[in-house]
Amino acid sequence: MGVLANFVVNVLPYITLLVFVVGVVYRVAVWWSRPSPAPIPVFPGQRSVGSAVARVLADVLLFRSLFRFGGNRILWLGSWLFHISFGLILLRHLRYFLGAERVPGWVNALQGIGVAAAVVISIPLLYLLLRRIVHADIKWISTPADYFVLLLILSVVLSGLYAKFFAKPFVVDVKYVIRSLMAFQPVDLSKVYLSTSFLVHFFLVQVLLMYIPFSKVMHFGGVFFSPTRTHYFGGEAHTKSSEEV
Amino acid sequence: MGEQLEKMYDVELKPGAGENYVCNLTKPEFAEVMATDIPKEPLPDHEMVPVALKKLDQMRKERKSVQLYLDICVRCGACIKQCHYFIGTGDPKNTPVGRAELLRKVYRAHFTISGKLFGSLVGAQKLTPEILKNEWYKYFYQCSECRRCSVFCPYGIDQAEITMAGREVLNSVGLAPKYVTQVISQVYKHGNNLGIPEPAFKYNCQFLEEEIKESTGVDVKIPVDKEKADILYLPPSADLFTNTDTMIGVAKVFHAIGADWTMSTYASEAANFGLFFSYDDLKTINLRVVETAKKIGAKLVIFGECGHAWRAARQFMEAMNGPLPFKFMNILEFTADLLRKGKLKNIDKSRNDDVVVTLHDPCNYARAGDLVEETRYIIQQVCNNFHDMDPSVTKERTFCCGGGGGLLTEELMELRMKGGLPRATAVKEVVEAHGVNYLAAPCAIDKAQLPLVMQHYNIPVQVGGIHDLVGKALILEGQEEFEAKKKAEEEAAKAAAAAVPAVCGLCDAEFASMDECCEHAEKEHKISKEQCDMACESKEGAGAAAVPAVCGLCDAEFASMDECCEHAEKEHKISKEQCDMVCESKQ
Ligand code: HEM
Ligand code: SF4
Ligand code: SF4
Repeated sequence: MGVLANFVVNVLPYITLLVFVVGVVYRVAVWWSRPSPAPIPVFPGQRSVGSAVARVLADVLLFRSLFRFGGNRILWLGSWLFHISFGLILLRHLRYFLGAERVPGWVNALQGIGVAAAVVISIPLLYLLLRRIVHADIKWISTPADYFVLLLILSVVLSGLYAKFFAKPFVVDVKYVIRSLMAFQPVDLSKVYLSTSFLVHFFLVQVLLMYIPFSKVMHFGGVFFSPTRTHYFGGEAHTKSSEEV
Repeated sequence: MGEQLEKMYDVELKPGAGENYVCNLTKPEFAEVMATDIPKEPLPDHEMVPVALKKLDQMRKERKSVQLYLDICVRCGACIKQCHYFIGTGDPKNTPVGRAELLRKVYRAHFTISGKLFGSLVGAQKLTPEILKNEWYKYFYQCSECRRCSVFCPYGIDQAEITMAGREVLNSVGLAPKYVTQVISQVYKHGNNLGIPEPAFKYNCQFLEEEIKESTGVDVKIPVDKEKADILYLPPSADLFTNTDTMIGVAKVFHAIGADWTMSTYASEAANFGLFFSYDDLKTINLRVVETAKKIGAKLVIFGECGHAWRAARQFMEAMNGPLPFKFMNILEFTADLLRKGKLKNIDKSRNDDVVVTLHDPCNYARAGDLVEETRYIIQQVCNNFHDMDPSVTKERTFCCGGGGGLLTEELMELRMKGGLPRATAVKEVVEAHGVNYLAAPCAIDKAQLPLVMQHYNIPVQVGGIHDLVGKALILEGQEEFEAKKKAEEEAAKAAAAAVPAVCGLCDAEFASMDECCEHAEKEHKISKEQCDMACESKEGAGAAAVPAVCGLCDAEFASMDECCEHAEKEHKISKEQCDMVCESKQ
């Protein structure tokens, strides 16, 4: 246990960081560098850079394309709840990273809702999982990787909840671990109390982070490059005026 | 959403249902003339895979859309029920995501780390000739590149981009369809998709000019190959043969504003099948337009009623062939702007009162052409009765007619009818609710496909263009005088007919006209005027029979049509019903 815990706490985080950062940067760099031979916006239409930006933002923040009339609004709800909760949980975790002595006020303000999100997120997660099993068409298109990532996130969530509500680690201990890692100082495991459930949670999070650059979860970056959304109806030669001649 | 539409989305999953639909392979002589370099026939199996992989690698490197859309799909399935070919066939490989996965699985196996490490666990599969022949060649030609899936995908993943890349890979191993390559080769030879040679093209324009003259009395020109002109107009070539009312409407608009316009026999086609085939051909076909416009010094190039023509122009022409020394627009934008600015003054909407109109948004106008308002505006300016379909299936949500994307070919007929189901269902709703009888479909592919679909699903509507309606309502200078004169002549003829002598069948008395005979019948025989024809008989019939006639086959002359018809039956074996094909009255 000691060796393993030491590895998970003192070694793996740097590997995780490296894989995650290099991986994500590489993937994004590839998309960035690929040329677009022609603009291919899909209506409803962006007619300027501004409206293209607005459209991407609406898609990222509100999942507007999923909400479109004629689409599947239950999926929209489940998906949006999942993502917004995920985002809130991430923000909540900043309290371990920010402020050596005191956590910034806005991070503190987010604690309540962050915990609520952690409890809530299991519902959309289970929904997303179930629909892959229940609907014949979605089952048909699903690959093992699709179940894997949902189960992985679910286990991150459950191990986190268990650690928080049952094993009850001390915030100061966790913060000490994170701050030490950030300062590249090895953590002396004999000086802190870290429950097994916390170690499991910490490990699973790192697996998730390392998995991201190789998987479809990269959509979080790709959505900003999608030509049908970022391109707009422009061009010098097109006109809508009959008065050219 | 109406009940029928809602029910339509309950699709039963039928894996493999699409396997029977496959395009005939190209002939070597068509493959040879394509701008993109492709083998004349399918490569032998052992050569296919490396060539295909090389092309796939090139595609993802040359097109951001392809790379990104291969990478970021989460398989959420939001696009599944938005594809008309899935709704029609139930084949999961005909869902947008299912179709793209056919290519993605190969991409993962050969080009990604996770695919190489984990194989089928992450949905990766190595390429085989069978995948190319049985999956790609079939299913990439069961996508009409309509881009409806992209509207509903949370990341805007555009399956048409994957289809286009997949087709280019197929081309590289010689798996190209006959229909598309033949059409493109006809453009290279004759300047248009139908392969109409120059003399026939010009003859048809003259014929249409005469037709306009006959119905309006106005000398409307349909100019071809003028050396210089302000406007170059590109019709879909079908408008000169089958959809002539559209062409007539357009010619009337140009005439009404006194435009200096021409068509060209070198670029006599708006449509661009390169869009369904390869960027090289897309560019080469557009180049014909650009060259022609430069040559005749056109300031404005106008594209006719054709959906994918408009996408090829709007999204690709400037990017691929630019910079362009002219402006371009769509005829619908042009006419809408003229109407808005009051330049088409004499519009009589009531002339379209016989139709109740609904509009099919061509996919490429609605999603790729920024053209959804103009169509509606024009219709409302020239018709009194317009009813849009359900908002879940109009504008950017429009459903494909089922024949786009290079699938408008005989061997895919069954698939085309299945793919037409969603559009048919939506039309049926407005037919039942509002008595719609005219489906406006401003696209040449629609005009070929939708009449078949409507017939297939027993929906009683006529399919036609928007400029057909404009042409009917737009009154040219001199047209009203002509029509008044024509009407007067008709009335005179009617009056003359009334003056034909008549005879009373009851007493054999003769009269100068039917009227006089009727009066007599009422007085003498107590027969009311309404029933007068029981007694009085016009002698017109007898007169007509007595007019001399001539047989068109042997020039023999006869005292009457009847005699001529008898002769035609005896000598030329032409039945009496068809007699007027040979016998001509000399009246
Ligand atoms: C690190 C951040 C993110 C993670 C970990 C993440 C994770 C996931 C996962 C695992 C799924 C698959 C759900 C399933 O299998 O059904 C998913 C789907 C999706 N994600 Fe994200 N995502 C992230 C960021 C984003 C962002 C920034 C957007 C903004 C557009 C986004 C939009 C979506 C949408 C629309 C879906 C599809 C619906 C669904 O299946 O839930 N995601 N995401
Ligand atoms: S909607 Fe988009 S992300 Fe979802 S399965 Fe379809 S293509 Fe993939
Ligand atoms: S582009 Fe149209 S036909 Fe092709 S997959 Fe998408 S919805 Fe279906």
